[in-house]
Amino acid sequence: MSVVLLDKRSAARQSAATAAVKSKNYRLHRILTEAACLALAAVLIVWTLAPIYNMVMVALQSHNDVFTNDIWPKKPSLYSFWIVITEGYWYLEYFWHQFGNSLYIGVMTVFFTLFIASMVSFSISRMRLRHGWLLTNAALLTYVIPASFLAIPLYRIMQGYGLGNNVWSIVAVEVTFATPYAIFIFQQYGRSIPIELDEAARVDGASPWQVYYKIYLPMMAPALVAVGTYALLLAWNEYLYQFLLLSDKRSMTVPVALAQFLNSDESPWNYMMATAIIYAIPPVVIYYLFRGRMTSGLTMGGVKG
Amino acid sequence: MASVSVIEAGRPIAGRRSLLRTWRGGLQGSEFAWAIAFCIPYVAVFLAFVAYPIVYGLWLGHRPELFVELFHDPIFQMTIVNTIIYLAVGVNVKMFGALLLSGFFMRRGWWVKGLLMIYVLPWAVPALPTFISIHWMLNSQWGLLNNVVWDVFHIDGPGWLDTSRWLALGAVIVSYIWKNMPFWTVILLAGRMSIPQELYEAAEVDGATGLRRFVHISFPLLANLYLVCTLLSTIFTLGDFNTATFVSGGGPALTTHVLATLGIRDAFDIARPDLGVAAVMTALPLMIPLVLILMRKLRTSEVQL
Repeated sequence: MSVVLLDKRSAARQSAATAAVKSKNYRLHRILTEAACLALAAVLIVWTLAPIYNMVMVALQSHNDVFTNDIWPKKPSLYSFWIVITEGYWYLEYFWHQFGNSLYIGVMTVFFTLFIASMVSFSISRMRLRHGWLLTNAALLTYVIPASFLAIPLYRIMQGYGLGNNVWSIVAVEVTFATPYAIFIFQQYGRSIPIELDEAARVDGASPWQVYYKIYLPMMAPALVAVGTYALLLAWNEYLYQFLLLSDKRSMTVPVALAQFLNSDESPWNYMMATAIIYAIPPVVIYYLFRGRMTSGLTMGGVKG
Repeated sequence: MASVSVIEAGRPIAGRRSLLRTWRGGLQGSEFAWAIAFCIPYVAVFLAFVAYPIVYGLWLGHRPELFVELFHDPIFQMTIVNTIIYLAVGVNVKMFGALLLSGFFMRRGWWVKGLLMIYVLPWAVPALPTFISIHWMLNSQWGLLNNVVWDVFHIDGPGWLDTSRWLALGAVIVSYIWKNMPFWTVILLAGRMSIPQELYEAAEVDGATGLRRFVHISFPLLANLYLVCTLLSTIFTLGDFNTATFVSGGGPALTTHVLATLGIRDAFDIARPDLGVAAVMTALPLMIPLVLILMRKLRTSEVQL
């Protein structure tokens, strides 16, 4: 008994001594870690911002200053932005019309994605349609097939449907590639809504449409917001299909018009970068506004693996 | 006698009814009609814009001569090598970097949160503006990078995009990592945050810190998520059209194409859609197993992206 006690006492003394050494090491260790973190942060900032800085710098330069070896704008001016806003360059003559096209496609994509995906998810997971898993699998399959791999056949099919140069062909494509993810999220999120709500409404005589419209949709609001933001950004940012299917200046969207600049030999890089920045601002603002909801949408159901 | 015949006659009807009931999944009459109606829009979209293009694409590229032609084409051979390097290096470096950085962003403190907001900027900005900006940044004569190289080292930087295939391919891969690493960092960060804090506390009591903590707790719990993310990212990267198109444009001399861009080039620049589809179809040996594994993983585990 006493031996044990003695052991304990000496152990305590020893640990106090090592703790003193440890705390000194610990402080040094902490300072070094902190310094390493700050260095990493500095590298990350330069790495992240370099292309964005380049974009802003070129947009603020005059055409002649672009072709110099300056690494910051000597005489920064907002002239290029003014040219874009007033459509003062021949590549930009329909800029606001094209901006409107992009917006229109985005809004329509959000509407149809939410409508189609929420209905099918309601049918599969709330009404428990037999063989609904087939549709879930169809959605998963669409989700994992790269969109660009279907571009060639889809292009020809769209021509066959008579939708060439029509913004609705783009809406159809964006909805096609946004619904699988939407169905995925809706089914996961729907599990957190008790099915008893639906059953109670049915007992009270509500039709399936009423259950869908008055119970399911309001309860799904957070998921609808997350998926809607996703669909809007997808449609706004997508390039390949818009480039293939829209060739007329009046039906074009902003990214297609932006890429057109590259066709000329002596590109007006300052106008191009100003256009690029104006095009990039809406999605960036939306992304940061809805970031919290997007990540909660992304992690709904837990990313536990 | 009569009663027996009634029973005999009644049996098949009852059998048929229960068959119908099980097929409808317990839904009755109008409910079943509603459940079907809710699925019609999605089924229509899937058939018109996914199933039909897949079948049409397979038909377009089914002739074996196309593949003979492709494999004798030096540009195609280079494209295959590029695609393999792009996937192997790009995806793995990006995912591993994302794994490490997600650990860094677990640190507490306001400046780490602020840094994360800056760090996700490449993901928030649409692909096109930033890739065009990188393209100009790497211009050998007027680009920002070579201007900085000149100011710091007083030497002329190399022509990043127009002299060497490997430099240009490297630029494409680095741009790809720059753009996509933030997204996967956020996903893995969410995965790390869902690991209960008690596990780390218990491990600390047992003396596991630093690397051992990572090896014994973080990594085993993140492994499945990491695997799914890597596979999904591989298949998305296989279909990535924008990076190679806008950073290197497939140049110099068509040496940096990847399958997604070569398919589009064959179909639209040299008007051989059958050859383009065949080029894309050479990815099927990699795609089919990936799709099967992913569909299984995404259905069973609760991983969400």
